[in-house]
Amino acid sequence: MSEPIVHIARLNSWYGRGKGRKQVLRDVSLKLAPGEVLGVVGESGSGKSTLAKCVLGMVTDITGTLEVNSPRPQMVFQDPYGSLNPAKTVGWILEEPLRTAGVKDKGERRQRVRDFLPLVGLEEEHLARRPAQLSGGQRQRVAIAAALIQGSRLIVLDEPVSALDVTLQAQILRLLADLKEELGLSYLFISHDLAVVYQLCDRVAVMTGGEIVEEGDVDEIYDHPRHAYTKKLLAASLALD
Amino acid sequence: MKVKKKSWYLTIGGILTACMLAFTATGLFWTPYSPTAMSAPDRNAPPSAAHPFGCDQLGRDVLSRTLEGAGSTLTIALAVLVVGAVCGLVIGALCGYYGGVADALIMRLCDAVAAFPSVLLALVVLALTGPGKYNVIGALGVLFIPSFARLVRGEFLKYRDRDFVQSARLMGVSQLRIIFIHILPNIWPVLLSGLTIGFNNAVLAEASMSYLGIGVNATEPSLGYMLKDAQGVLFTLPWCTIFPALAAILLILGVGLLGEGIRERMGGTAA
Ligand SMILES: Nc1ncnc2c1ncn2[C@@H]1O[C@H](COP(=O)(O)OP(=O)(O)OP(=O)(O)O)[C@@H](O)[C@H]1O
Ligand SMILES: [Mg+2]
Repeated sequence: MSEPIVHIARLNSWYGRGKGRKQVLRDVSLKLAPGEVLGVVGESGSGKSTLAKCVLGMVTDITGTLEVNSPRPQMVFQDPYGSLNPAKTVGWILEEPLRTAGVKDKGERRQRVRDFLPLVGLEEEHLARRPAQLSGGQRQRVAIAAALIQGSRLIVLDEPVSALDVTLQAQILRLLADLKEELGLSYLFISHDLAVVYQLCDRVAVMTGGEIVEEGDVDEIYDHPRHAYTKKLLAASLALD
Repeated sequence: MKVKKKSWYLTIGGILTACMLAFTATGLFWTPYSPTAMSAPDRNAPPSAAHPFGCDQLGRDVLSRTLEGAGSTLTIALAVLVVGAVCGLVIGALCGYYGGVADALIMRLCDAVAAFPSVLLALVVLALTGPGKYNVIGALGVLFIPSFARLVRGEFLKYRDRDFVQSARLMGVSQLRIIFIHILPNIWPVLLSGLTIGFNNAVLAEASMSYLGIGVNATEPSLGYMLKDAQGVLFTLPWCTIFPALAAILLILGVGLLGEGIRERMGGTAA
């Protein structure tokens, strides 16, 4: 196997300072290989988003090993309303990553944005709109495009479809799978929904209370869950279907 | 999103403000008579076709003087706003975005300044510097900084941890660009409505100071100065008081309604 794109070993993380300092992640270890999709599931408050923030360098109070071998990993957030600047147009939002990356020529930026649109299933007419004038699914497509357009290979997705209804969920998941193949991406995919994880992920890590209690191939975990907490999660998700 | 109802505040406030601005702008370039020309036969003349606002006890045309006074009041209020809003914006934005010890100290200082009525503080400052247009602008401008800083800081606190800001950080956008290009456009509506309140406060503060005789000089009379000047003839020559007062009231009312309209519109579209 080639060098992992994310290598985490015995990672601990804290929030707050002094008396209020609270440990969230406990001895978390995981690896993400290039081109792989690793799911992280767990209940609310288990530390999934914290793990994502660590990978992105947004949590600095940590101990342990954290290696990220990909420049500028990007994130796709749960709520595509909050992750897009309400005061800007879609065109501006998609040009900004290129502007930041040093593409000075306006014409070139515009062209690259236009070239990117079909990849995420958007039309040119969307460029002049503001996020509030798009549907939830379209907004999430814009957010995905903004995360990818700089050319990042590692994408952290924090509940990217949880705010969408089921048909839209399927569409966005298919889009993510296609983009992964086409652009050679690696995903750290966070979700509380095992069914969603099953559709997209190669491997899955199960988290509870800031610890990873079980990790393995998706099929393996589904068919032969070992940890009691995983069994509970599975039972809950089957009960929903 | 709430259903947007037709806002008459915005319409009426806009029209009134536009009229008053036109009136005032006229006064900056043209007055029917010279505001200082005294004409003996017209002394104490009530409103007539030749002098629609009448004349004062020195025979000066009240319309011309009101036009000039409104111009003076407007320029002072706008200059005070520029000083207060620009400084307040920069301070509030940096404090709200970065937080920390500097923020705490600066906000404590703002609280201290804001604890006194600004007119009172301005009076103290002017007692030291002497009266005059630029001293009024400087004193009031500085005293207006805290309220703007506070307003802007609150908005930046709201936005600095939003997902779209975090996303910009991940992309490598510079901090200053995030502050002024990414976040600032989102707070324009709030700032705009703050500016209308600030404008009215500036007009009132300038008027009170001139009325108390510590504002502008007689060479550049504002509306407040005219009111003070007409105090002695309030009952004998009421037009000397009524028209400048009316101009000030309509200006404040128009801008106030405009601000209310903006706030209302904001409430309807905010996410
Ligand atoms: N900025 C923060 N400061 C202090 N504590 C935090 C902060 N962010 C999260 N926490 C705490 O850390 C713990 C883990 O939070 P985290 O957001 O990682 O959970 P999560 O698994 O993503 O949950 P969810 O499914 O609800 O998104 C929670 O107890 C939360 O209250
Ligand atoms: Mg989370």
